[in-house]
Amino acid sequence: MKKLSPKITQKIVFSLLSLATLLAMVPVVLIVLIIIKNGLGAINWEFLTTAPRNGMREGGILPAIVGTFCLVTGAVVFAVPVGVFAAIYLNEYAKKNWLTRLIRLAIINLAGVSSVVYGLFGLGLFVIFLKFGASILAGAMTLAIMNLPVIITATREALANVPQSFREVSLSLGASKWQTIWHVVLPNAIPGILTGIILEISRAAGETAPILFTVAAFYLPGFPTSVFDQVMALPMHLYAISTQIPNIGLDVRYGTALVLLGVVLGVNSVVIIIRARLRRRQKW
Amino acid sequence: MSIIITKDLNLYYGNFQALREINLEVQPNKITALIGPSGCGKSTLLRVFNRMNDLIEGVRIEGKVIIEDEDVYHPKTDLIKLRKKVGMVFQRPNPFPLSVFENVAFGLKIHGLSRERINEVVEESLKRVMLWDDLKDKLHTPALKLSLEQQQRLCIARLMPVKPDILLMDEPCSALDPIATQRIEELMHWLKQNYTIVIVTHNMQQAARVSDETGFMLLGELVEFGMTEQIFTTPAKRRTEEYITGRFG
Repeated sequence: MKKLSPKITQKIVFSLLSLATLLAMVPVVLIVLIIIKNGLGAINWEFLTTAPRNGMREGGILPAIVGTFCLVTGAVVFAVPVGVFAAIYLNEYAKKNWLTRLIRLAIINLAGVSSVVYGLFGLGLFVIFLKFGASILAGAMTLAIMNLPVIITATREALANVPQSFREVSLSLGASKWQTIWHVVLPNAIPGILTGIILEISRAAGETAPILFTVAAFYLPGFPTSVFDQVMALPMHLYAISTQIPNIGLDVRYGTALVLLGVVLGVNSVVIIIRARLRRRQKW
Repeated sequence: MSIIITKDLNLYYGNFQALREINLEVQPNKITALIGPSGCGKSTLLRVFNRMNDLIEGVRIEGKVIIEDEDVYHPKTDLIKLRKKVGMVFQRPNPFPLSVFENVAFGLKIHGLSRERINEVVEESLKRVMLWDDLKDKLHTPALKLSLEQQQRLCIARLMPVKPDILLMDEPCSALDPIATQRIEELMHWLKQNYTIVIVTHNMQQAARVSDETGFMLLGELVEFGMTEQIFTTPAKRRTEEYITGRFG
């Protein structure tokens, strides 16, 4: 067989690469477009600011929006400190031996456990054993545990990407190890850590299974007054109206999905703006 | 009175012996150069003095290192105190990705010195490395936007607020062009009044130009140590002569 000229090979490879990128983009674009097209009609002031009425066929979804905000905030509050500190320990302090490698492997595998298993775990530990009941506290903690592997992995990577020479200089200037981590390593790792937090927020806001048994209410038109209350949540609400309520308009479902997308995008943009600011302050 | 003394110093990386029976005395307010081919152990020896080798796993040290009458490898040695006393300038200029001002002020932040004098100390530090006139209007530009020579000066300035007595320089000019090199050498001459300098260099002309005393190292041994002029004109050992006349290395 005659060999193709490098120029032709290059063209073929380039087209394949472009095609793969295009194929990866198509579903994302389609999802967003379809949800906007079908859901935009349902979005109005009433939809965003009132509780559901008439067996959830009419009215708004405000309790679910509020509930999702509570859960996301709770998950971030619990998961970020624990995850970041664990990653600092693993990357900066732990000796590089079989135990550390085992822990690392365990964490990576935890990221692969399906979310319904986390839901059952949260039910067993927080709801029943610790007697939190189905509550924001139990739901947020379950989401936090589900997201720990992501935060730990992202933070570890961010820490590992800080050049070793920064640590050396800092130590050679008489800084302690902790001062070096606090003043030199962490500030340079924060953009990467924030990326982990963005992933956490998206997942915490979007997952249904972990909150199914631990917090989410089918229909609860009021607002929570304590962390031991149940709440509605957007993904759960979407699941409920799509499977349990007959004769419901398509636009209500797509509208809910659109709001869920909007909430995730909104919260993430805040983090992305913070990250961009920090990157600019870092004077590379 | 010597400021750094090593006695029968041996250093091992695992099973590999990187330093063999080093006996060396460094005089205060002098520039001491360590020369020798790559891998001879000169950088390793430099990093013994501020215990930066501690960061490498599997390092073992025998013998004694005494700096300003204190045993550096005593189990109770305060590493922070030691490293404040013994500053280090690295091969590649390595300012933090912060502004000029923040780089110089780093030591103040770490050692919790008074904030009100911060401007004064930064100015004083930059003056000591002769950067103040160039940078006084650019204190808030990113340090990494400076020329390499300015970056290396800034790294020296960064040490000043920590008030070291000894400056260890690990091939400080290897990333610089000849003119910048010359200017850093002039700076070293000027710093000698207040600091003891130990410099590791590949560049024999540099050692001959800047140093008062020179040690020649080969395969982990300190082959010869003496006045720079003597080492470069009438070396006592044949291996030294062969190296400085360029027969190997």
